[in-house]
Amino acid sequence: MTGVLVSTTINGDAVQFACPTDETLLDSLRNRVGLTGAKEGCGTGDCGACSVTLDGRLVCACLVLGVEANGREIGTVEGLVEDGKLHPLQEKFIEHAALQCGICTPGFLVAAKTLLEKNPKPSEEQIRYALAGNLCRCTGYDKIVRAVQAAAKEMRKK
Amino acid sequence: MRYETPTTTKEAATLLHKEKGQAHILAGGTDLLVRMKMGMTEPTLVVDIKHIPAMQAITKSAAGFKIGATVCGAAMTEHAALGKAWPGIVEAANLIGSDQIQGRCTMVGNLCNGSPAADSVPAMIAAGAKAIIVGKDKRRTVAVDKIVTGPGKTSLAKGEVIEAITLPARLPRSGDAYLRFTPRTEMDIAVVSAAVNLTLQRGVVKTARVVLGAVAPTAVIVAKAAKAIIGTKLDDEALEKLAAACSAACNPIDDKRGTIEYRTKVAGVLAKRAAKIAYQRAGGTL
Repeated sequence: MTGVLVSTTINGDAVQFACPTDETLLDSLRNRVGLTGAKEGCGTGDCGACSVTLDGRLVCACLVLGVEANGREIGTVEGLVEDGKLHPLQEKFIEHAALQCGICTPGFLVAAKTLLEKNPKPSEEQIRYALAGNLCRCTGYDKIVRAVQAAAKEMRKK
Repeated sequence: MRYETPTTTKEAATLLHKEKGQAHILAGGTDLLVRMKMGMTEPTLVVDIKHIPAMQAITKSAAGFKIGATVCGAAMTEHAALGKAWPGIVEAANLIGSDQIQGRCTMVGNLCNGSPAADSVPAMIAAGAKAIIVGKDKRRTVAVDKIVTGPGKTSLAKGEVIEAITLPARLPRSGDAYLRFTPRTEMDIAVVSAAVNLTLQRGVVKTARVVLGAVAPTAVIVAKAAKAIIGTKLDDEALEKLAAACSAACNPIDDKRGTIEYRTKVAGVLAKRAAKIAYQRAGGTL
């Protein structure tokens, strides 16, 4: 393969991979780094299933080139687990049955985590706006919103 | 595909000028990567301009604000001073896509993509924004309304790169506002939009600029609409004249998002509402 060597940080770990210049970060993460949490739904930035953070900002990995990750920090859904313990958002998604097929879930978790870091006590409206870039065709969104509210409450206790 | 990361605008312009194949600038990539995915373009060169320091910041001086070409929408929303001086610009840029898109999208990208429905463009034009353009040999500064010449088309020459957008120094008692109509409140493309920027003197509109989006091949400056409110306190008669001038200036398409008749009517309605918001932001009382 002809490719460019990319040195990046993913979930706090230094990672190197080589990829063609026109490959998306989503494909690099899934096919070269082996992090398959981020999913390809649409591939055009509409569905949010590939949501990751790039230097702390929420982005669609399908709209970032793998080579752009060089020297930058990526956060994926795999980084939510700490010391083998699920993140409160993950716990609440399970408790509230905020998923069915699960394809959109990693994107929702990353987007919700980014929201709660900026705004620990969001209103329902703020949650719905913040998650507008994530599509779910199973739940009708209500269970997701309830799970995020419950997780926010849990996280504020700590 | 060659991927280059120049550190000066001139270097970027030279790379783009020299390329014989299909060259593209990459800032936020929220339009470019979609076009690549769809097979609408197969670049031989992509110039990533995010490593150019001159493009990375929002700066304020006596001359006004300067917003670098790679500043993303989220960074504009986070900039309190910019939002205070130009709330209409910030609310327009903030309407582009989801939070995921806001983390990447730029106003210059929104401008150069050349969409008639681009949200930030009417607001920039209403504000009297200018684009600092860098070519391989020279720099020039051009009013934003001279950049887009038609859907997907700009007046930029091969190799020219917009380095930043400048907004003029804000006079006291000024306000701007941007409104768009979409069937959904998020993640949608403007069916009609209106931007108004004005300055008051003792409650009377002294200067104004009214710009419509998504109702013609490019954003439309409606001088007659501005004239209708200058010298008034936005009384009902002035607002009706403003609305009529806006509707008369429309030359929209008919599509699934809105009919010609609907867009023409709503352009006037939105312009009235945007004018009222801008007036109140400037300190006027309705």
